[in-house]
Amino acid sequence: MTTADFAAFSNNAIMFASIVYALAFLAHVAEWAAGRPVPAAGHGRQDVVDAGTTASRGNAEVPAAAAASLAPRPSHETRPVSADPSPPYPTHPDPAEGSTGERVEKWGRIGVSLTALAVLLHLAALVTRGLGSDPVRVPWGNMYEFTLAGAFGVSAMYLLLGRRYSLRWMGLPVTGFEIVVLMLAVLLLYVPAGPLVPALHSYWLVIHVLAAVVATGAFAVGSLASALYLVKERAARRGRVRTGGYLDRLPDLPGLDLLSYRLHAFGFPIWTFAALVAGPIWAEYAWGRYWNWDPKEVWAFITWVVYAAYLHARATAGWRGRAAAIIALVGFATLLFNFVGINFVFGGSMHSYA
Amino acid sequence: VTTTDQAASPTSGAGGAAPNPGPPTGPPALGPVELARWGWRQLTSMRTALVLLFLLALAAVPGSVVPQQNIDAIAVSDWKAQHPGLTPVYEALGLFSVYSSVWFSAVYILLMVSLVGCVVPRLRVYWRGMRARPPTTPHRLSRLPAYRTFEVELSPDAALARGVAVLRRRRYRVDRLEDSVAAERGYLREAGNLLFHLSVIVVLVAFAAGQLFGYKGGVITVVGQGFSNSLSQYDDFAPGSLFGPDDLAPVNLTIEDFDVSFLTSGPQLGQPEDFRARVRYSEAPGEPERTYDLAVNHPLNLDGVSVYLVGHGYAPVVTVRDGNGDVAYRGPVVFLPQDSSFASFGVVKVPDAVPEQLGFEGLFLPTYGFTMERGPFSQFPDALDPVLSLVPYRGDLGLDSGSGQSVYQLEKDELDTFASKDEALGADARIKLSPGETVELPDGAGSIRFDRVQRWVKLQVSDSPGKGIALAGVVLGILGLMGSLFVRPRRAWVRVRPADGGRRTVVELAGLDRSSGGDLGAEIDELERGLRAGAADEDAEREEQDRT
Repeated sequence: MTTADFAAFSNNAIMFASIVYALAFLAHVAEWAAGRPVPAAGHGRQDVVDAGTTASRGNAEVPAAAAASLAPRPSHETRPVSADPSPPYPTHPDPAEGSTGERVEKWGRIGVSLTALAVLLHLAALVTRGLGSDPVRVPWGNMYEFTLAGAFGVSAMYLLLGRRYSLRWMGLPVTGFEIVVLMLAVLLLYVPAGPLVPALHSYWLVIHVLAAVVATGAFAVGSLASALYLVKERAARRGRVRTGGYLDRLPDLPGLDLLSYRLHAFGFPIWTFAALVAGPIWAEYAWGRYWNWDPKEVWAFITWVVYAAYLHARATAGWRGRAAAIIALVGFATLLFNFVGINFVFGGSMHSYA
Repeated sequence: VTTTDQAASPTSGAGGAAPNPGPPTGPPALGPVELARWGWRQLTSMRTALVLLFLLALAAVPGSVVPQQNIDAIAVSDWKAQHPGLTPVYEALGLFSVYSSVWFSAVYILLMVSLVGCVVPRLRVYWRGMRARPPTTPHRLSRLPAYRTFEVELSPDAALARGVAVLRRRRYRVDRLEDSVAAERGYLREAGNLLFHLSVIVVLVAFAAGQLFGYKGGVITVVGQGFSNSLSQYDDFAPGSLFGPDDLAPVNLTIEDFDVSFLTSGPQLGQPEDFRARVRYSEAPGEPERTYDLAVNHPLNLDGVSVYLVGHGYAPVVTVRDGNGDVAYRGPVVFLPQDSSFASFGVVKVPDAVPEQLGFEGLFLPTYGFTMERGPFSQFPDALDPVLSLVPYRGDLGLDSGSGQSVYQLEKDELDTFASKDEALGADARIKLSPGETVELPDGAGSIRFDRVQRWVKLQVSDSPGKGIALAGVVLGILGLMGSLFVRPRRAWVRVRPADGGRRTVVELAGLDRSSGGDLGAEIDELERGLRAGAADEDAEREEQDRT
């Protein structure tokens, strides 16, 4: 294949990856729909369970596991790890529970499999994008490519952690996120494949950007957990968590909070490395100043400070739950602004290509 | 320091949201010592540190919105010209140099003080904790967050010895008591935490030193010419506040050659592929000369100074003769690129011309193109068909007025154009020159010859002392950070009670997580497996199979 063939292949692969992400999204919608209980005739909206009660109010369709996960924990302010040996993420109804559970399980598996296929296509698109320029290079030399790589980081992070932390409930938002981001990248940011500008001729491009992509992926998935935490917490406060509904099948609130913390704790040292070690070393080589208050640097620093405050608040001031989730979302907002805002709002950054 | 410091402070309510009851009924006035103590406690409390962190993030924002003097001085003057009303306000607030302003410095100095005040007492606590024995076994283990009880086929002593061995293997510090074992692990978490905070201070100090004692200068040098590191040579220069001109390393260098290649095909047609300059340099007068290939991402690093290639452009060489036919100017003229096609703008000033001074203003187009709609333009950034398109002026260049003048602009107040020969092309005469061509100016005012194309490079010369220390600080900080995030401090206890006349033993096992995010259940599972293993090998194996 010639260079141009690779570049064309990459464009097609992104298109197909988007389509498969969309199919995965639909499968997860079906999974969610299959899990919704059918209200018993004559009982009206019996399926709304008051978050304060543990009883399932006699609804025969309510799976026992789902009802149990609604039981209020003593207080998530105290200690998220309980002595009980069961995993902290009671997510999927037991398949043995009958046809509802089987259908949920089936659609969930289809969703994850499709996501895995989409991630492979996504990876193929990245690889061929790198092969599609002469000389061959890493596929993150401009905003279009960085967006693709960052989105890949998010979905790969979701798949890799998915087994360990049973993250299938995240399939719906992650695939939705991928569809939107890939669409925006193709519509707004696309540039034809080509060689790098001389400023990027450095192996630090590999190190610096790769670290930024991995950290962005971790922060994105972490923020998703935080956002879902806030939504579920609000619904629970108002007693609107519907049994078998999407919010109900999320992990319980301490579980979401803990997952968010773990992802941020994983991403933070990597972000520190990307923004405060690899970036400055490269800046010292390329621009003669390891820190020059370039807008991109300033906002990377702001992001770092906000996430540092998140970890600090959680570790010492004991801020869990709502307050921590809000800080995490603020941190992600600064991260997104750094990527989008600096390039399109301000201009004049030395990072104009990224 | 913890938040309880604030609660312990008798006056902490006064600073909070509590309604102020007014001076007569208020709390008794604080003496200066108490006030200082109270202030210190407030400053070094966790909450203050958090607030200061957020303030630091917030304070950094304006510097990314408003152009900064020491980064882009031209953008600052442009901004000031566009916003004459706001300029004095912004200047008073220090918004054009945010990162050296009083308020920004105040935030980070307070943060540093808060850090020190936080870290020093914790060092003491940590030192004591390091040497202390694990806390003794609680009376009722069943109340702890993780608790197991089971029987093993061992004597109580043997069971306890096994407990010690298992805990030691999992790197607990173990204290054997009468009928129980107390153990603790994860001391490195706090060590990492302290290391992280200390390295933040190291980085801040190293960074401040770099800012204060360092400098950054830019100079445009025509290929073939030289540069010696002294203040007068710089086009722009941004020194740190404690920098002295004597700190400049006495480097001399000459640009011998410059190569640039542009993409001639593909979608990124015209994008530079690579550019590099060959320089000859000596570290000090009298030192031997060496050569070096200067390129982007490939700077010349010498003792106390680094030289970077940051840009390039064209400097057409022209010869201007005056009305008498004498050479009034000969040499390269730096033209500044306007866009990626390297259409470059520049002026030629000829103050020595007689009878009248001459000036030229216009474009250098490396690959000439012309359409009626666009006028002259550059088709490609490389010098394939270079053309100078100039408007000549005569009169007074205004160089004697005393006030400085930019070499890239003509002061046209006292200058006149020449009348055009062809009115259809505009009222003012315009000259188009290719290399080797000469054009006579009207009225016998002189002539201009475009000798050849030369290039210039923009060098950045800078020094930021302390960068090695800053780097070491950040790396240590990350190590500390990982320790403080991923080391799990835990306590565990094992208590034994004889059963069945001493042949069997009831083991109680309990654990406590001292950080969030740990998976205590899994850890206690492991300990339980260790305690059971060997007691009855078959049991353990069956156990193993059950689990997997």
